[in-house]
Amino acid sequence: MYKIHPMTLLENKSAATPAPREITTKPRVSDKIFRGVVTSFGMSALVILTLIGGFLAVRGIQTFHSQGWSFLTSYKWDVTVDDAGVTTNHLGVGAMLIGTVLVSIVALVVGVPLSIAMALFLTFYAPARLKTILVSIVDLMAAFPSVLFGLWGFFVLMPMATYWAKLIFKYLSWIPIFNAPEPFFERSPFIAGLVLAIMIIPIVTSVSREVFAQTPLDRIQAAYALGATKWGMIKAVVFPFGSSGVVGGAMLGLGRAFGETVAVYTVLNIVFAPNWHVLFGSGGNIASLIILKWGEATGDETTALLAAGFILFVMTLVVNMFANFIVRQTLKSGK
Amino acid sequence: MTTNNSDKNNESQQGEPMNTASSSLADVSKQRASQKQPGSAPMGTGLEARGIHAWFGSHLALEDVSLDFAAGTVTALIGPSGCGKSTFIRTINRMHEFIPSAAMAGEVLLDGKDVYAPGTDVTKIRLQIGMVFQKPNPFPSMTIGENVLSGLKLAQLKVDNKEELLEECLVRAGLWNEVKDRLGAHAGGLSGGQQQRLCIARSLAVQPKVLLMDEPCSALDPGSTLRIEETISELSKSMTIIIVTHNMQQAARVSDYTAFFLSEGGPGRMVEVGPTTEIFTRPRDIKTENYVSGRFG
Amino acid sequence: MTMTQVKPQRPWKATPREITTSFGVVASAAAISYLLVLLTGLKGKIGFILSFIIIATILQVAVGVRKFGRKALGDNIAASLIYVGAALVFLPVFSILYMAVAKGAAGLHPSLFTETMFNASFLDPIDKGGLLHALVGTMYLIIIAMIISVPMGILTALYLTEIKGPAAGFIQFIVQAMSGVPSVVAGLFIFTSVILITPLKTSAATGALALAILMIPTVTRTSQEVLLLVPHDLREAGLALGATQWKTVATIVVPAARNGLITATILGIARIAGETAPLIFTIGGADKLNLNPFKDYQSALPFYVWKGLTLGTPESLQRAWTGILILLILVLTLFVAARTLGGKKMGK
Repeated sequence: MYKIHPMTLLENKSAATPAPREITTKPRVSDKIFRGVVTSFGMSALVILTLIGGFLAVRGIQTFHSQGWSFLTSYKWDVTVDDAGVTTNHLGVGAMLIGTVLVSIVALVVGVPLSIAMALFLTFYAPARLKTILVSIVDLMAAFPSVLFGLWGFFVLMPMATYWAKLIFKYLSWIPIFNAPEPFFERSPFIAGLVLAIMIIPIVTSVSREVFAQTPLDRIQAAYALGATKWGMIKAVVFPFGSSGVVGGAMLGLGRAFGETVAVYTVLNIVFAPNWHVLFGSGGNIASLIILKWGEATGDETTALLAAGFILFVMTLVVNMFANFIVRQTLKSGK
Repeated sequence: MTTNNSDKNNESQQGEPMNTASSSLADVSKQRASQKQPGSAPMGTGLEARGIHAWFGSHLALEDVSLDFAAGTVTALIGPSGCGKSTFIRTINRMHEFIPSAAMAGEVLLDGKDVYAPGTDVTKIRLQIGMVFQKPNPFPSMTIGENVLSGLKLAQLKVDNKEELLEECLVRAGLWNEVKDRLGAHAGGLSGGQQQRLCIARSLAVQPKVLLMDEPCSALDPGSTLRIEETISELSKSMTIIIVTHNMQQAARVSDYTAFFLSEGGPGRMVEVGPTTEIFTRPRDIKTENYVSGRFG
Repeated sequence: MTMTQVKPQRPWKATPREITTSFGVVASAAAISYLLVLLTGLKGKIGFILSFIIIATILQVAVGVRKFGRKALGDNIAASLIYVGAALVFLPVFSILYMAVAKGAAGLHPSLFTETMFNASFLDPIDKGGLLHALVGTMYLIIIAMIISVPMGILTALYLTEIKGPAAGFIQFIVQAMSGVPSVVAGLFIFTSVILITPLKTSAATGALALAILMIPTVTRTSQEVLLLVPHDLREAGLALGATQWKTVATIVVPAARNGLITATILGIARIAGETAPLIFTIGGADKLNLNPFKDYQSALPFYVWKGLTLGTPESLQRAWTGILILLILVLTLFVAARTLGGKKMGK
């Protein structure tokens, strides 16, 4: 039996915790190939996106050279050939940008509240047995081809919407935006905005629904336990939690509205003049401009259209990136 | 208080000496009994649960529970996990029905009136029967002050002096001194124990007659737990409290009566109920004895 | 021992009295609105619907407030608005479906599927000519787009879920950004990068390339969700047996997610089957059957519809409606197939 001297114990303690070992492995060849292949495909999305931006920019840059900034601000789009065969181009998408903004605003103003109502309905008011079917119907809307919206919009919605426009004009034309220089209400930004509203509802509803469904249950129960009505609970808990998610969803809808082509083309009268009067039948949007002019475009016009495409690409990219960022933040933080 | 001895029990030997664990519980329990003072504020005539059954879909989770809760008392519901204690209290304030497949049978009488009577305004019931949850859940988008008064806003109740009510609730919940200078701060900055006391203050603001507490301290540290137990003792002078707890020492410390729930593979049932001191020293049922002496659960 | 024959009840559900009251509210509102339309200057259907909604809400609120007090006010108005909003959304859906069927069905005839527009013009009545060439074109587009997008999409998803390299977060972001690329831009891009520069000219293949740009993000995203659902234990089991990562993924993970990956593919196809805009720049639109997807102009269903629509005569519009009906049936079939395969997960 040996005595353990107290100092010995202390000394042995100085060995301390060792540093962590570096763990390495040498992957097998098949794995190296696998990882290489998969990684390069993973990067492909980035490559494609860059190529898109790059090609359009390179092609479109000529237009910026020849037109300068007036490409963005000018409202004219003429190609004139004088007697000597010299072509002068005045190409500007200013009117189209205004049109894009106006139509998108109408689409958001009409579509977002309806989407929120639908999302609340599906999450909190719909009877449990019907819910799956109703959700499927809304998702179904997202699958409709856009040209179908164009057809329906032109033949079904437009007659009704023209009538509504006349009503609104009759009673509300003292508000500047509802005024019109002439009583011509067909194929107006109002109607195009309505069609777009219906087209963006599926995506805004889907995002809103996802956010609402993730409202923390304990907070919902706390509100009910305090004697809240359903609407009281929604105001106190669901909206504070989900508001930024809904904003993100609305921005995704906005991105979709920017890029919508054939549906808008059918129900909007494309005119190269700035128009802020929603009800008046004159407007435009960049996407429809491109298909309008594509068939008979001269070489310069084609380049200009490519430049317009680049602008559209950048606009939608920015809006979408921002929107996705917001939505992910809401879902992640579970505020 | 009617003690409900379900006829299906196996009677245990009466007055058998208990092991040391239960004796210390018994001491605590006796201590509690001597401190009880009669309540002063009007608090209704108490709550009665009669023949409560609860289903989730076709699965019977709770069977034939009948309990009386006299005004001004604290009743603890003890038992192993999953035996229906939480389900039971959720049938009392009609939170059980939020589960889509839920069904129930029986009556819950508050001041003699069945809360499930047709045509009852369920939101009014929940004003009179408040609830504090296991995990503190203050509203993060509101300040501390707003949280306390949120019940009033939700019920659209008018109160003459909001600041007074705010202070009173926070004092009763034992939180006033810690937050009186920062009522405008967000509730998320409080510690777990403070958040739970905030939730208690929030429930108090609508002046309930009954307060249900579903394991309110199980997510908290011992210091906060003790503070909340002091609060419970104070509160019981002006309302009826029903507390679900896994912690037997806690039950012994705070409650006047204890009910033991058990599920033996089937639906949960209430095995025995009685004054706390008796449940812990001289339980009538062998299953209760086994539980309180720590032989299972 | 329990002898409970106690029946489960739901006392919180609407009592017969409450249901009758609701009925009464609706009926009275309808009657009053009808009278209003008859007796005042309120016009037609819109007047009726508007006044019905307003009166029904007022009555409902009155009933609620009488029973439950002031806070029922906000609750009932909100509920009304929400129900109305939801109805307003469902209406167009049903209207669209109804129109497509009503108008499109009128033009259905057997030779629609066996003839092309080679010997007929869009201005002829619909029983002349057919859309076989468009069907063939759409089929080519789908097949080629699938061949390109499905491997790319699934491999990208595998990168994000299995390898999770340092760039994974960034790639995720990029994929989401890519899903927002407008279809016009995709078409323009292929035009400038492929048609103008490479030997591959306007054909089904270039159309498919443009569609692939739109399809890849959809396939990637859905595949990613599905791969994440595969329990981690499966991967660990494979690795613990000494398999390489590649073997684990190929023989365990991917087969486990097989249904979901098929669903992802189907959803991708549904996404692009109805796209028109990119085709305008990339396939040219032919009237005859073209069996070579790599050369010469090609037609497709959406293009056929577009052409009918833009020509504007009653005959060409009839073709457009019939064409869109066929396209709609195709897309809906794909959609339903994806839902059924995807199972519970999709319908949440």
